[in-house]
Amino acid sequence: MRPYVREKKIFSFDEVPENTCFEAGYLTTVNSGWRSIRPVVDAAKCVGCEQCYLYCPDGVISINEKKAEIDYDFCKGCGVCAKICRPGAIRMEAEPK
Amino acid sequence: MKKFLSGNEAFAEGIRLARPQVVSAYPITPQTVVVEKLSEMVEDGSLSSEFIHVESEHSALSCAIGASAAGARTFTATSSQGLLYMAECLYYASGGRFPIVMMNADRSVALPWNIYGDQRDSLSQLDSGWIQAYAENAQEALDLALMSYRIAEERTVSTPFMVNLDGFVLTHTYETVDIPSQEEADRFLPSYETDNCFDFDSPKNMAFSAGPETNYIFKYKEHKGMLAAKPVIEKAEEEFAAVFGRKYPGLIESYRTEDADYVIVTLGSIAGLCRETADKLRERGIRAGVLRLRYIRPFPNEELAAAMAGVKAYAVLEKDISFGNEGTVFTNVNSALKKAGLTAKGYNFIGGLGGRNISHADIEDIFEKIQKGTEDVNFIGIGGLGDGK
Repeated sequence: MRPYVREKKIFSFDEVPENTCFEAGYLTTVNSGWRSIRPVVDAAKCVGCEQCYLYCPDGVISINEKKAEIDYDFCKGCGVCAKICRPGAIRMEAEPK
Repeated sequence: MKKFLSGNEAFAEGIRLARPQVVSAYPITPQTVVVEKLSEMVEDGSLSSEFIHVESEHSALSCAIGASAAGARTFTATSSQGLLYMAECLYYASGGRFPIVMMNADRSVALPWNIYGDQRDSLSQLDSGWIQAYAENAQEALDLALMSYRIAEERTVSTPFMVNLDGFVLTHTYETVDIPSQEEADRFLPSYETDNCFDFDSPKNMAFSAGPETNYIFKYKEHKGMLAAKPVIEKAEEEFAAVFGRKYPGLIESYRTEDADYVIVTLGSIAGLCRETADKLRERGIRAGVLRLRYIRPFPNEELAAAMAGVKAYAVLEKDISFGNEGTVFTNVNSALKKAGLTAKGYNFIGGLGGRNISHADIEDIFEKIQKGTEDVNFIGIGGLGDGK
């Protein structure tokens, strides 16, 4: 399930609540900016074993028609998927500018 | 119904009447009797409450915060080392604006190890964002147990409330106390309603982070919330008098200060001895008066200045010292009077630390010293900075 992303809201004085209690599910930003390297899946080599999906600490990998797909909005570039992929279908590349 | 009760027992009766839904309990001398009595009341059915015996004071307040976040009226009690152990939670409770009521038995803080009463524990936490009231006697303790929820839970306030009882001197001494009926208590104190809690129908994020742009605004609103307690305290005391017939005088209690030249400003149960001494001096023609601070947060700046307008010299008698400077209560009082442009000369008297006795003679000596002039900071029984040698 993809996190529900909203526009970043600048709170005016009156909008800041009196207490630390606010409407839930308020994610304002993607965390793709954390990456310096990104995983790239070679679909030809991917066998759909789902190990990368299981190991991803942020749950950004999904299996679509037996091939791994990465949600680059929320991938933080940790490289665990590339490390665990036995067929060697995932390699880490430098994050493009 | 009148009963002969200790300060602790009276406070427990007040809490029973307030109908807390959750009591998170951890023992520490000299408050243990409060949570023990509450456990007995839950056992015999006179209090219907979720009584949770936790593993530490940090847990006691964390548990209370969790319960409050679920929308429950909660209570806990502590003292001294326990108050400091839960110190980080004090700020969680106040920043989260949870109207928890906590009884603190004022007790000294190690080192050296000491279980007797002084005010160093609560006064060290004046900045924690909790309303702080100081009871003088067991009746006031019981009444504050009820009033504290009424004030704390008011929407414009939404601030946790610490009721302080002098350790042993008030917690363990006995007096006749009038215990109101549950029906009267229910008339005064309605059930706790809030939207500052978890809700399945409108899910919330609670107790979250706030970055540099917004954190500052939260703190401003917290400050305003505490200040909003002042008119609510006044209103609550009027409502209290209407139901129970006892009228409290607000943030300060003045005794013969209207025409006084010399006043002792103090807090807690020592005020009684001060008033007796003031009466003796009055018989000798000295215009003495006593001012008891019932609330230290919010601080009664204007009320103090108004009451002390004609005073020549005053002493602040307190059971704490902010090492390297002066007593904390003196700092607050002096500031209030200077802001109002009063020229009364103020002197600080530190006494009672670690449960040390303060006698009639000590109080007379204070009045004597402020008439003649003395050092800024005086330790009762030792003297000023040079006398300890």
